[in-house]
Formats: sequence, C-alpha cells, structure tokens
Amino acid sequence: MKIGLFIPCYVDQFYPKVGIATYELLQKLGCEVHFPMGQTCCGQPMANSGYQYLTKGCDANFIANFAGFDYIVCPSGSCVLHVKEHLHDEKQEEVAAEMRKKVFELTEFITDILKVDTIEGNFPYRVGMHVSCHGQRGLKLSQMTELNAPFFSKPEQLLHNIKGLDLVSLSRKDECCGFGGTFCVTEEAVSVKMGQDRIKDHENHHVDYITGGDMSCLMHLEGILKRQKSPIKTIHIAEILNSLEN
Amino acid sequence: MSSEKVIPHSEAATRFNKDVERVNWHDETLWFVREKRDKSAHQIPDWELLRETASQIKNNVLSNIHDYLIEFEANAQKNGIIVHWAADAKEHNEIVHSIMAKHDVKQMVKSKSMLTEECHLNDYLAEKGIEVIDSDLGEYIVQLRKEPPSHIVLPAIHLKKEDVSETFHEHLGTQKGNIDPQYLTESARLSLRNTFLTRKVALTGVNFAIAETGEIVVCTNEGNADMGAHLADVHIACMGFEKLIPQRKHLGIFLRLLARSATGQPITTFSSHFKKPRDGKEIHIVIVDNGRSTQLGREDFRNSLKCIRCGACMNTCPVYRRSGGHSYHNAVAGPIGSILAPNLDMSKNADLPFASTLCGSCTNVCPVKIDIHDQLYKWRQVLVKEGHTPKAKTVAMKTMATVLANPTIFNIAGKSGRFVMKNIPGLVNNKMNKWYDQREMPEVPEESFREWYKKNSREAKAKDNE
Ligand code: SF4
Repeated sequence: MKIGLFIPCYVDQFYPKVGIATYELLQKLGCEVHFPMGQTCCGQPMANSGYQYLTKGCDANFIANFAGFDYIVCPSGSCVLHVKEHLHDEKQEEVAAEMRKKVFELTEFITDILKVDTIEGNFPYRVGMHVSCHGQRGLKLSQMTELNAPFFSKPEQLLHNIKGLDLVSLSRKDECCGFGGTFCVTEEAVSVKMGQDRIKDHENHHVDYITGGDMSCLMHLEGILKRQKSPIKTIHIAEILNSLEN
Repeated sequence: MSSEKVIPHSEAATRFNKDVERVNWHDETLWFVREKRDKSAHQIPDWELLRETASQIKNNVLSNIHDYLIEFEANAQKNGIIVHWAADAKEHNEIVHSIMAKHDVKQMVKSKSMLTEECHLNDYLAEKGIEVIDSDLGEYIVQLRKEPPSHIVLPAIHLKKEDVSETFHEHLGTQKGNIDPQYLTESARLSLRNTFLTRKVALTGVNFAIAETGEIVVCTNEGNADMGAHLADVHIACMGFEKLIPQRKHLGIFLRLLARSATGQPITTFSSHFKKPRDGKEIHIVIVDNGRSTQLGREDFRNSLKCIRCGACMNTCPVYRRSGGHSYHNAVAGPIGSILAPNLDMSKNADLPFASTLCGSCTNVCPVKIDIHDQLYKWRQVLVKEGHTPKAKTVAMKTMATVLANPTIFNIAGKSGRFVMKNIPGLVNNKMNKWYDQREMPEVPEESFREWYKKNSREAKAKDNE
C-alpha cells in the first residue's frame, strides 16, 4: 500500500515532530510511506478567506505531487476536509475527483482503511482531547453532541491501549477552540476568548496534556497556554500513538 | 442603507469582550439553553427524522411558493381576513400605518415580531406620531432602553438582572437596587396590563401560516400575543412569505421542533391559531418579501429561507456567545443572521459571514437542516468576488497564492524566516501581529519536516547506502 504523506505547510515548518511521528507510525503499521517533496499547502487559508478562486495553483500542485498514490494521509482533519470538499482541476477533473476520495485524516485512515482498532503505547499522563471541528463535524471522526445518535470516536478508540493514559471527559465535549484559520487574527478578541475558555475546561479537569488531531488548533491553544505560563502542554495525537519505542 | 455607518463585527466584539465577567455570563447562559435543547432533543428517538421531515416540507414550500401563497391568500380571504402584500420594508410599514390611520388610532401594542424589527417599523411609526409598546418582557426591556433586541428568541439576553432593575427604576419607578426577578416581572406586567386594556390595534408576528386553511399560528410563552390580539379591535399579523407550510397536519412537526430547539421546552406555552375575525373585528395579514425573492433566486442561499427562527444556531454558536447579538448589526443576529444580512445589503454586512470559525455546530442544531456554515463559506466567496474585501487583503492573498503554488519559492520562503508563520494563518493584512497580542508564537525548530525527511527517510537512507 503506497501512501502519500501530506504534511500541512505549517506542520512542516513549525511542528516537524508531528510529521515525523506520523511518518514513523504509518511505517510501523506496515505502510510504504512517501513524502512528495514538491508539496506546499492545500490552499485552505485562502479558500476560507473567500479567495477560493486563487487556489487553482495550489490545487494543481497538490495533484502533481500526490497522483499515483493508493492513499493520501495527513495528520490534520482541517486540511483533509478542504481537499475532500474543494480540490478541483478543470484540466484533469477526474484525477481530482479520485483524489478527493483517497485523502484521509490519520486516525480515520488507521481505523477505517488499515482496520486497526487500538494502538499499543505508553503515555502516563492525564490527557484532555481537543476535538477539532473540521475533523469531527466535517469528516465525522467522532459523534457530535448536537445530534441524537450513538457515541463513537475514532481518535479516542485508538488511545485505549496506551498505557498510563488517563483520558478525561470534558464539560463541553466538542466546543470550538476559536482558531478558525484567518479568524484567529481577524476576530482576535473572540478567538482568544474562545481559546481561553477551551483551556479552562481542560484546566478544570486537571490535565497534563491537551491532545488532538489538528495541530492548528493546538498551536492556537499552545500560544495561549504559554502566554499564561501554564504547565499544561499540547501534543498531537500522532506523537502519543507513536510513543512506543521502535 | 449602504451609506449607513456600522461598526464591524470584530470591533464590536472586541468591545463586548472588554467586560470579561459579562462575556462569561452571556456565554454560560446561552450554553445552558443549548444544553437544555440537547437534553430535550435527545429524548425523542426520531429527532433526526423529524428534522429531515421538516427540512423536506420546507423544501417543497420553497419550490412551490407561488402556488402556496395564492392558496393561502384565497383561503384567508374566505375566512374574512384582509391580506396585504408588501414588496419591501417601506411598503410594509406604510401598510401598517394605513390600517392605523383608517381606524384613526395612535397607539399600538405589539408582541414580538422580528419582521417588524427587520423593517424598522417602530421608528417609522414613531415619526408618524404613533406610540408602540412591545409587550413581551424582553422586548419591553430593550424598548425602554432604546436598544434593538440582541437575540430572536431571548431579546434581552445581553442584559443582567442588575441592568433590568436599573432600567425599570428609571422608567417604571421600581425600587432602586431591587433585583428580584419576581418583583421586576410583576412590575412590568402591571404596567403592561394597562396597555393591553387600552390599545385598539395589536400587531403580532406569525410563526406558521397554513396554506390549506388560511390560518396563522403564533407561538409564545408569555401569552401576550393572545392578550393583545383578543382585546384589540384590529389584529395585524406580519409575516415573511417563507412562513408558509402546506397543511395543518404538518404543523405538529414544526411545533415539536421549534420549542425544543429554541429553549428545550417540549412545546411553547401558547400555540395560538387565528383563523377568522370575531364579529365586528378585523384581522389583517401583511405578507412581506423584502429581499426574500432575491434570496430564493440565489441557489446557494435559498435554503436559508427554511429558517423557523428558533434561535438554536445562536445559542450554540461559540462566536455569538462571545460577541453578543448587537455586534451583528442586523435584526437577526448569529449564524443565520450572517446569511440573511448580506442578502439585504452586501456592503454593509460584508463582515458578517467572516464572523464564524465554520465549526459547523449551527448546521447540526438547525431543526430544518439549513447548511448554515457551508452557506457562510459560500458568502465569503461571493463577497470577495463582488469586491467587498479590503484591497490590502486581496494583494496579500494573491502573493500568498503565488508562493504556495510554487514549491521552489515556497521552500526558499519557508527557510528564510518561516514564511508560513508570517502569512498563514492569516497574518496578512495586519500591520501589527494580531496573533502575538495575547498568544505566544510557536518556537522555530532546527529543521523543517522536509529537511528531516531528506536526511532520515527510508528513501534517503537507501540512497546513502547505494
Ligand atoms: S437557521 Fe435553523 S437553527 Fe438558526 S434560527 Fe433558523 S431554524 Fe433555528
């Protein structure tokens, strides 16, 4: 199974550890993983700001880099959702359509395609899960509190066999953290307040770490935590899932 | 209207956030309502089916609106109701005024109607020397304070009981500092009772208009609509044309959804049907377009006309909860208001579709399944195309698009000063770095992932071993 590793631009530049963990984890699970060097960004920051018409270059570049893989896997629900919903190319629309079906967020790829139920690991901490909106409500990685439907969570399920990990249940299970792409600066006051409130919920449950599937939300929360000089740390779920020594 | 200066959402929200305690209180109160909604929705096993059914009924209505309107008008007239048509807000206001003038009445009692807010009826009538009293408690409070409502179901939700006590002390002469809700409500009720007894014209909104029977249904918790309408000689009911439902049997679906979505109640305390005037009395129905047919014609946004104004999308919206309804500078605030407002005036309301993180919670709570957050995304595309974005932002976005479409430039830019953090997410168009005001920047690592990969991946190692 040939996997194209899709590492969001800001993860590449600022959180290489998340990329490394994703890469190593997928290899451990038996995949042949490649990182196409020409990849840049999925174009979401522009599209969500209303400039979807400017993303044609990004789309073409994405297609050029990821054509030919069995699956495209990415440790960010938000970027995956963008590709799934908006990747188009007039010149090769069929290829684009195919790719929209082949792109997966890391945890859903592990549970749905690799059919792995849980992963062994070691992470002896109290952990709060920040459920990112695009992953959850867009990709349906877990059940949404608004709907009248049975509970499930692909990311949480994978954490069950991590030794020592104590997953807390938050008061507001799936409230948005306020990152929202360009929203975090154009609506700075509300964005920060939402982030602070999100952190408060985790604090009230005495977590050591906040984890999640989207580094962008975690980056926003981390920024606030550090400013508050909080001892709480953020960690991407790929890093926890990759916590067992090779 | 376009020339009207409004404070952009982000700026108004920044002001609202200056008072942390108030923001917390606003957020928690509305979250409490959202949780009540969850509880009562989750008690109904067929909740999702109910939503789907309601959505489809409304789809049918919107697809055949012409026929249903004709049917409704004919049946209402058969019942002895006088039906008026208003193309826009101005015409709506004129019609209402002409009815008042015909009866030579200078006072009106009103029960919550967001449509009249949309049309700015109160101001219009005030200019004509007509006194309007809003009779629902929340509406009454904001009216005394000369403020617009901040929420379609909970109009005074931005106020604490201390604020209400102040207002009542000033206008109704209640004891200063007495914040007992019971006392305050009682005082308002006493003052309103007199109003009900003396007004000859009562105006109400409409929740549902049934084409099959020509009757209208008004849902309230305080019963003021009934008080007003029953005691007055003339009842004027104002409705946007999308309030139609085809048949009486459909009503149960909407009544079950409406109150649960709005407040978590199984049903509103009063669901009053008005079908024909009593002897010697009049019922007028004013059916208003005011931009609705334009919205109907915008394929991407027509779904927004399914809205039954339950307010659930506001209660769940994390942005609304932390910015307050007034920051949306539109009669209908929150997520759905941000879709409806640009339809009325794009340049004035261009900021609103951006006042969202697109988290999607609104779409999930909406009882008629409006794709709210997708429509907000679509409005952004329209507004940019129509030129309602600052020039600097467009220039920055274009630069970004060029860099991101070209891996070579991207890599050079990435290395030289981490282009990405400077430009994504959205640090464009900001002279000061808005990220840094209240957040630390991420630490810059020794190497990027791609640099690591070049050295350490299997491919790289295989090459080394060659
Ligand atoms: S859009 Fe949906 S949730 Fe929002 S007020 Fe209308 S019906 Fe209610």
